[in-house]
Amino acid sequence: MAREIGPVWVFVEQCGGNVLPVSYELVGKGRELADELGTSLEAVLLGDSVTGLAGELFRGGVDRLYVGDDVLLKYYQPEMYVPMIVDLARERKPEIFLVGSTACGKELAPLVAARLKTGISAHCIDLALDGNRLLEQIIPAYGGLISIVCPEMRPQMATIAKGVFALPGPAGRHGTGELVELAVPQAEPMKTELLEVVYEEAAGLTLDSAATIVAGGAGAKDAAGWRMVEVLADELGAALGATRPPVDEGWIELDRMIGQSGKMVTPDFYIGVGLSGELQHMVGIVGAKLMVAINNDPKAPVFDQVDYGLVDDCQEFLPVLIAKIRQFKQGKTAA
Amino acid sequence: MNVRKIVVCVKAVPDPKRASEIRIDPRTKTLTRADVPLVINQLDRHAMEAALKLAGEVGAEVTAISMGPPPAAAVLKECLAMGAGRAVLLSDRSFAGADAYATAYTLAKGIEVDGMPDLVVCGMSSSDGSTEWVAPELSVFLDCPVVTGVIGLEATGNAGLKVSARLDNGYRVVKVNGGPVVLAVTRELNTPRNISFSGIIKARKKEVAIWNLERLGIAAAAVGQDGSPTIISGMRVAESTRKVQMIEGTREAKAEELVRLLAAAGVL
Repeated sequence: MAREIGPVWVFVEQCGGNVLPVSYELVGKGRELADELGTSLEAVLLGDSVTGLAGELFRGGVDRLYVGDDVLLKYYQPEMYVPMIVDLARERKPEIFLVGSTACGKELAPLVAARLKTGISAHCIDLALDGNRLLEQIIPAYGGLISIVCPEMRPQMATIAKGVFALPGPAGRHGTGELVELAVPQAEPMKTELLEVVYEEAAGLTLDSAATIVAGGAGAKDAAGWRMVEVLADELGAALGATRPPVDEGWIELDRMIGQSGKMVTPDFYIGVGLSGELQHMVGIVGAKLMVAINNDPKAPVFDQVDYGLVDDCQEFLPVLIAKIRQFKQGKTAA
Repeated sequence: MNVRKIVVCVKAVPDPKRASEIRIDPRTKTLTRADVPLVINQLDRHAMEAALKLAGEVGAEVTAISMGPPPAAAVLKECLAMGAGRAVLLSDRSFAGADAYATAYTLAKGIEVDGMPDLVVCGMSSSDGSTEWVAPELSVFLDCPVVTGVIGLEATGNAGLKVSARLDNGYRVVKVNGGPVVLAVTRELNTPRNISFSGIIKARKKEVAIWNLERLGIAAAAVGQDGSPTIISGMRVAESTRKVQMIEGTREAKAEELVRLLAAAGVL
């Protein structure tokens, strides 16, 4: 029996009054899904002095934008944001709800999902509609890809990292969306109180815009081995990235992790050092132009996923490689 | 807020060093069986450390709780050896196949049956699931606030807790005015203590309580696979579009060839 399909929803996250790129990317994907389902695309935007962002979102494909515009909403605060979104979702009954995998998104999305008693998948690398028009949520696991669906409960929720989907193309639409202002609840004493938000400059070359990336894995073996991976990145003027084990070992910060639950990056040149090629990492780098892997195990899955492979022990090979690079650079300077 | 009772949620996960032995079988599209031992999820050791440190400062009691199969009791023994006063394993065949939602629900019921704590500490994510959903969803079932991405934690006497939490481009500082509250911690927060010999001796004398569905007084339909809104609908092997060319030869020759590639691509 056919039932009415609710709208596709996107949570639009802003920081300092600017829409985050991942939210635009989700508007683009949300538009596609809405068209395929024959329903509308609605977005929810909360912030302070953010109503002016509506035009851009309409041009991106949003049919109806719910805006909560108030100084109380300037920063993400779960006790303000979550009830507003949950109440609206109960009224609008969205079919699908997409949220960016940001620090805020990853906290807000499961809070909303649990209150709506629905399911949510994490850090999807693709979304599609299956034969039953269910949202197929693709995540890498166990050396392959698994599809997750939420058959009964609504909305079907997923978080997606920046860079998974493209920005919406230059509009074939003419900014004719509908703007709906949300009533902002009065400030009540909250159980948690936001004292301050501190922004920090990222140290070192950032992964997002790097032309060359050196990423290291467990094969670095120890802190000294990791140091060589760092030196290699330095010598190449490359941004340094990692798989999960070096982060867990404390050799590098979490914001340097590439992959499903880290960053999605698209450098021109990528060198993976001492990493096995787990898909959770590889999905974050699959858009690189040229990929090289160095690993001591000739059977490592990484060698099925790169353009050039080199079998060697990292700790033995990197000093030789670094010396050759220095030699080459000296030769170039001398010439 | 007075912190008298702290619960730490821990998970027994397949040893990450051997987790890659569990694969999707390309032929049957099911998981290959592998006898990978269970260990404590790395981030949960940071959760234990946060709880034990705070408990030491304010004189609170720490209970470790986990949902898992009977062998997960070994991980709770480890928590007892680290310094937890008590440990509870929620274990029942009906709990199997739970997604984050059903897991959070089951943990919440276990926590409620044990008596509401002032503070619940979880690792931010687990190495096998990596959803980061359990702590926030747990807070919904316990009807209390949550702070995720915790990198700093300070008890400020009666005034409450001061919590710093990671943002994508910095951090936020949140004051928790009253418990209970759920915190999801990162490895940045602390360095977990090593287990001492005396800790192992003490843990030997303690029992891990095992609670089943009946003990929690909840319906089988609300837990495990039946209580999970999401299901895995398919598995496939990913195919790469790249065809690898191996760089071979002596170590020197391989390094030289790689330098040539780097130069040709304009990196050098």
